[in-house]
Amino acid sequence: MNGQNNINTEVAPLLNAQNLLCERGERVLFANLSLSLYAHQALHVRGVNGSGKTSLLRILCGLLPAVEGEIYWCGRDVRHCQHEYRAQLAYVGHKSGIKAELTAQENLRTAQMLLAHAPACSPTDALDRLGLANVINLPCGLLSAGQQQRVALARLLVSGARVWILDEPFTALDQNIVALVSALIVEHVQAGGAVMLTSHQVVALPGIELNYFTLN
Amino acid sequence: MVEASHKLYVKKAVPASAWRACLQVLRRDLLLSLRRRSEFSNPLFFYVIVVSLFPLAISPAPKTLQMIAPGVIWVAALLATLLALEHLFRSDYDDGSLEQLVLSPHPLAALVFAKVVAHWLVTGLPLLLLTPMLAMFLHLSAQQTSILLLTLFLGTPTLSLLGAVGAALTVGLRNRGLLLALLILPLYIPVLIFAVASVVNAGVGVVVTGQLAVLGALCVLALCLTPVTTAAALKVTLT
Amino acid sequence: MWTFIHKLGSPKHCYRIAGYFIPYLGTISIVCFIYGLVGGLILAPADYQQGDGFRIIYVHVPSAFLSLSVYMVMALSATVSLIWRIKMADVITKVSAPLGATFTFLALVTGSLWGKPMWGTYWVWDARLTSELILLFLYVGYMALESALEDRHMAARASNILVLVGVVNIPIIHYSVVWWNTLHQGASISLLNKPTIAPSMLYPLLAMLVAFMAFFFAVMLMRARCEILLREQKSNWVKELVQTT
Repeated sequence: MNGQNNINTEVAPLLNAQNLLCERGERVLFANLSLSLYAHQALHVRGVNGSGKTSLLRILCGLLPAVEGEIYWCGRDVRHCQHEYRAQLAYVGHKSGIKAELTAQENLRTAQMLLAHAPACSPTDALDRLGLANVINLPCGLLSAGQQQRVALARLLVSGARVWILDEPFTALDQNIVALVSALIVEHVQAGGAVMLTSHQVVALPGIELNYFTLN
Repeated sequence: MVEASHKLYVKKAVPASAWRACLQVLRRDLLLSLRRRSEFSNPLFFYVIVVSLFPLAISPAPKTLQMIAPGVIWVAALLATLLALEHLFRSDYDDGSLEQLVLSPHPLAALVFAKVVAHWLVTGLPLLLLTPMLAMFLHLSAQQTSILLLTLFLGTPTLSLLGAVGAALTVGLRNRGLLLALLILPLYIPVLIFAVASVVNAGVGVVVTGQLAVLGALCVLALCLTPVTTAAALKVTLT
Repeated sequence: MWTFIHKLGSPKHCYRIAGYFIPYLGTISIVCFIYGLVGGLILAPADYQQGDGFRIIYVHVPSAFLSLSVYMVMALSATVSLIWRIKMADVITKVSAPLGATFTFLALVTGSLWGKPMWGTYWVWDARLTSELILLFLYVGYMALESALEDRHMAARASNILVLVGVVNIPIIHYSVVWWNTLHQGASISLLNKPTIAPSMLYPLLAMLVAFMAFFFAVMLMRARCEILLREQKSNWVKELVQTT
């Protein structure tokens, strides 16, 4: 695990993990892992297949319990501020969380209702920004894999969450859409958000510095 | 400072939004079952078919049928509920919606409860509506039929609520259907006993308010305890 | 005291402490078994109603008692595990289940064997036997879930929840079965319906009860030790242990 956080470390991190231990089956994926995620930071988690990238992201989201270790949100143990943490967290994983039988708009409306606060932008606007304006009323089952992924990413804009945790967000996306999504990430980071992502592609985020965290 | 400059992060507390989230989950699930009807109509056909097997297997004599009817209908309802329960979390698990539900800041128990209510509305309620027809098949008297409907009305929500715990525990497994039956059927026994007994007793003219009260109590107990348990189970098995 | 409890959480100390208790429990069990069997099967007089048939209570009663008690042990350790996240509690829950199922099965078999001379048939839907049967189903469900989930941590936590669901349901199931039984048949002669029991019959029975309990704890600890070794096979102390023996 190599260094990161050459960013301004005097500010308290938004998200801070201490001594995480992750086991899947009988195998230890990583032990004693500590990392921090700051506002204005984009963090790319790298590692070979099976090194536990997805597990790490899921642990940070609270979907997977760490065998050992603690996670802090703004300095507080997440177990004691789950509501605040989840209100500021948006996760897009391998599974899109998109219902094939519902239209893109209906899907996003559900996502909007699951928030504990007013949405940051309307479902229609979010889909529009991802270039899906023309398929807004089609059942998602009829959309291509790339389009479905974009519907899932549109959830980030609706949520207005401060921390985005993205597991392979560029999967199945065309080159120009990758650029579009990258631009959204840049905008989010510049506005004070934080992004943690995994990607097997080269991630280009023009205008901001991309930090790396490598799992071995 | 950072927060202030960032227009996206205006956090506005909406009172009772957990309630609205639950309603949205309920609405979404009802819409979904409207768009894939077979998943929910199949258990109902199963219910009708199983019940109609008994006259063929045992005897078409009205006396015999009348005697076995409460038990037959209840066991068939039990199995149909079990079949339908397999779908309670399945598609949400497969497409990742369940993860999003768990990550929502709203209490998962409330959201899960909304899902169970939606599930009961599309499986338990139609089951209830089909029952008068089956009761007629088996020559139940009108009075017994009304008690039977009452027991189903009080009992099937308990079955759905209890079954949700089992469905949550087995959600990620390949052969979950059979396992679900192993886990949950023994827990259904009290409901079965009291429901069938009240229909049988009603047939011989005994007052059955006591049994119905027990069914109601079981339902209330399940309402109080199972949503939290189901939520806890989902958090475990989702990993 | 606290350090002792803290040590119980560590697999290594658990393994050692378990090893320390097993010989004592084993001895208690054997001594009580000898006293109970001799006293119950040979010395105690035959029952004036049931003849020698009653002697099966010396196996039936302790196993019926343990079938339920083991479930309570599991519920207790499941609670401990879910609240305090003590991993050794998971081990206890897991290894107790097959033992509890065995006791339940034994209670069922002895109950129905006793039924043959008493009721003229091996099986009647007696309230106690029916409850035992359902209890067996609960054990089977637990073991099925535990083995179906592949990830060990997930399996432990999920099956702990199931045990707690079961323990809330056991009294409800039991009372509904008893009620159902009185509805369908009058109170039948049951294995335990004796108003009084002579001391010469009672003491061996109590001895058998103690013997069964000591037996359960001894075997449970042995199985727990195996399970600990299996789970900790990669840790240094297990490797050292394997090399020295």
